[in-house]
Amino acid sequence: MIAALAKLASKPWIWSFLGAALVWLAAIAFTAGYGAGGMLTAALSLSVFTVIVGVGQMFVITLGPGNVDLSLPANIGLASAVAMKVMDGDDRMVAVGLAAALASGLCAGVANYLLIWALRIPPIIATLSASFVIQSIDISYGRGLQIKPPPGFADFTNIQILGVPLIAVLTVLFTIGAGIALHRMVYGRSVLAIGQNIRAARLAGLKVEPIRFLTYSICGMLGGLDGALLAGYFRGANVDIGGEYLLASIAVVVIGGTSVAGGKANIPGVWGGALFLVLLLTMLNTFGVSAGVRLLLTGLIIVAVITAAGGQKTTR
Amino acid sequence: MAVADVTIVSLDGVEKSFGAVRALGGVNFSVSRSECVGLVGHNGAGKSTLMHVLAGTAAPDKGRIVIAGVEQRQYSAARAKDLGVRCVFQELSLCPNLTVAENARVFHPALRGFNWRRKAGKLIVDKLDEIFPDHGIGASDLIQDLSIGRRQMVEVARAFTVSDRPADLVILDEPTSSLDAHTAGQLLAFVRRSVANGVSCIFISHILGEVLRNCDRIAVMRDGKVVVADRAEAFDRNKLIAAMGGVHQSEREVNSASVPTGRSQAPVRVRALPARQSEGVELIAHEGEVIGLAGLAGHGQTDLLLSIFSASTRRRVGVEVAAPVALVAGDRQSDGIFPQWSISENIGVRSLSKLRDGLLISRRREDDLANAWRDKIKIRTPDMHNNILSLSGGNQQKALFARALASDAAIVLMDDPMRGVDFGTKLEVYALIREEARAGRTFLWYTTETDELKNCDHVYVFRNGAIVADLARDEISEERVIQSSFAGAH
Repeated sequence: MIAALAKLASKPWIWSFLGAALVWLAAIAFTAGYGAGGMLTAALSLSVFTVIVGVGQMFVITLGPGNVDLSLPANIGLASAVAMKVMDGDDRMVAVGLAAALASGLCAGVANYLLIWALRIPPIIATLSASFVIQSIDISYGRGLQIKPPPGFADFTNIQILGVPLIAVLTVLFTIGAGIALHRMVYGRSVLAIGQNIRAARLAGLKVEPIRFLTYSICGMLGGLDGALLAGYFRGANVDIGGEYLLASIAVVVIGGTSVAGGKANIPGVWGGALFLVLLLTMLNTFGVSAGVRLLLTGLIIVAVITAAGGQKTTR
Repeated sequence: MAVADVTIVSLDGVEKSFGAVRALGGVNFSVSRSECVGLVGHNGAGKSTLMHVLAGTAAPDKGRIVIAGVEQRQYSAARAKDLGVRCVFQELSLCPNLTVAENARVFHPALRGFNWRRKAGKLIVDKLDEIFPDHGIGASDLIQDLSIGRRQMVEVARAFTVSDRPADLVILDEPTSSLDAHTAGQLLAFVRRSVANGVSCIFISHILGEVLRNCDRIAVMRDGKVVVADRAEAFDRNKLIAAMGGVHQSEREVNSASVPTGRSQAPVRVRALPARQSEGVELIAHEGEVIGLAGLAGHGQTDLLLSIFSASTRRRVGVEVAAPVALVAGDRQSDGIFPQWSISENIGVRSLSKLRDGLLISRRREDDLANAWRDKIKIRTPDMHNNILSLSGGNQQKALFARALASDAAIVLMDDPMRGVDFGTKLEVYALIREEARAGRTFLWYTTETDELKNCDHVYVFRNGAIVADLARDEISEERVIQSSFAGAH
């Protein structure tokens, strides 16, 4: 039993789940237990959107120092507009709309990689400049209007089975698949190897550039998918819909125990980190603090958690 | 040797464990003033750990450290530096993004003022001139642009520079492993001169001849203990090997005369023209051949290997490759090791598609592959799932050999791969290479040790990025190689 606990404590993702549990307990202690289940349901639904882009961001960050995708918010915004326009309020067009959102995300990912590879721009600059271009396209394409999703699609994103959102279940399945890809497939092994030592990876015969291309493309596509789902859940696409996912996608990766230096990734931690962030906001809202204090506390708590998780790593 | 009785360092019952691995099991060791002590032993015998303890970079679990007659209780790297203990580690410790002069300044905080850069540059370049005349290194060169051999030269020279603190004891951990025969000779001559002037040295090397010729006293380590320590005259090569244990044969010609001297009639696997070669000799390797790349270090051998490597995946002008290629890196930290991974994962990474079962990598196949190679190449570890960094340097290198030899590659490129590999292991690896070559593999082997060229069927000597000599098997000798390295085309 103690051995099992020690083994659990050595997993870097355990801390993010502990943190999530703590803020949840703090919130329901404040409300004297009222709304405990509802909070979890809402947290699961909202976490889904962070987890989907968080997984994409995690693969990118794992490629090694300097790799990050900062174009996700713009990408999510454009894809949400593309999906809603293609669906055009018609339930029969949902599949086509989703495909269009994925294609839009894929274009963003490919553009990112081409900037990084062909022009040799550092990823942080390349994806940031790409995000301005993408956002401009979104503004001229969507014309700033809020476009409504088809009713069937909006309902789908809100289905619950015994209090558990259906999209959360599907996303858990997706993350299990991503975990298998990371640890048991040639693709994932290659990403981990490149993140540790790109020269050694090349000399060990791994296909470094194709893997990097694939990783940025996948991250882009996940951003696109996220855009479509967000537009369904919040009943409308708009330019700013992805705004919060710039910090959130990186924060959940780091809180979850993935190494910013690359080469070490952690899938369960992305879930833990996302639940923690969402429940943290819920807790601060139940405390009734003002927006300014909420932002301040969110920032401080993220720093504290990352420091604690980092300290844990060096002692081992 | 008049003042040899003054003991400047003595270690008494020093023990050190890393997790379950007991690296030092009660070591007694001492060095006198103006003495050069050779330290030999197999990979994992504890030599490097002992030197880390002495340099203050690893704290012993138990035991006493006495320096200049005073017992050191709060010993650290900074304290070691104050006491004049310098160390040239096997894993080079220069900052790659700084220049030669800046690296000297990092080591000597006493170099202050507006012109510290010039002072530091002069200090290091003067020392380089003294040790390695015609070294060709500038004070403003970035370390990352230097070849590994030159980096080692800077590292060695820096250890001997003096500003405000003395250099009484210099530890040289395999200083010649990336140097060619000529530069290694310069270094050893300098070590003798320094020792005559009152400096003490600890010299670690797997090249037993160097140790026997240059040291006053030799200590042999085995399984974390000093098993014998005596005056150098009391040893010869066979006695040293016997004391190290494990290898029962003395140095024998691994390859008997059974190999024909002419070029093989087998199909050509590699055909490569060095980038700076306008005409003339082309490197050709047939199936089943072991081809040596010789010459002074950093004269284009590694570049050619890298261009052959990249030609295996995309077309390159002047290089033709007819089979899959694997590379054994010599600079294992930057070109070989994946530091977060286990030994098994490090070995399996070149064979991922072979380890697949359907879409997924089979854990069982990966473990089987790793365990098979642990037995074949004798990697010393209780568990192949341990992190690769838990191995000693030489054993890490064995894992890199296993990675290449376990792969499907019919051509194996070796970039001076025997750095930090002990004598017994070398013999085993030589035998393995011959065995694999007989089975049809082609080896291209860049080495800075002339002795190793005896294992080759054919040798190309490099100078300034071009092939200047093309020696058949019966023409290979140290004189021929050195002569070609300096004299240019014959």
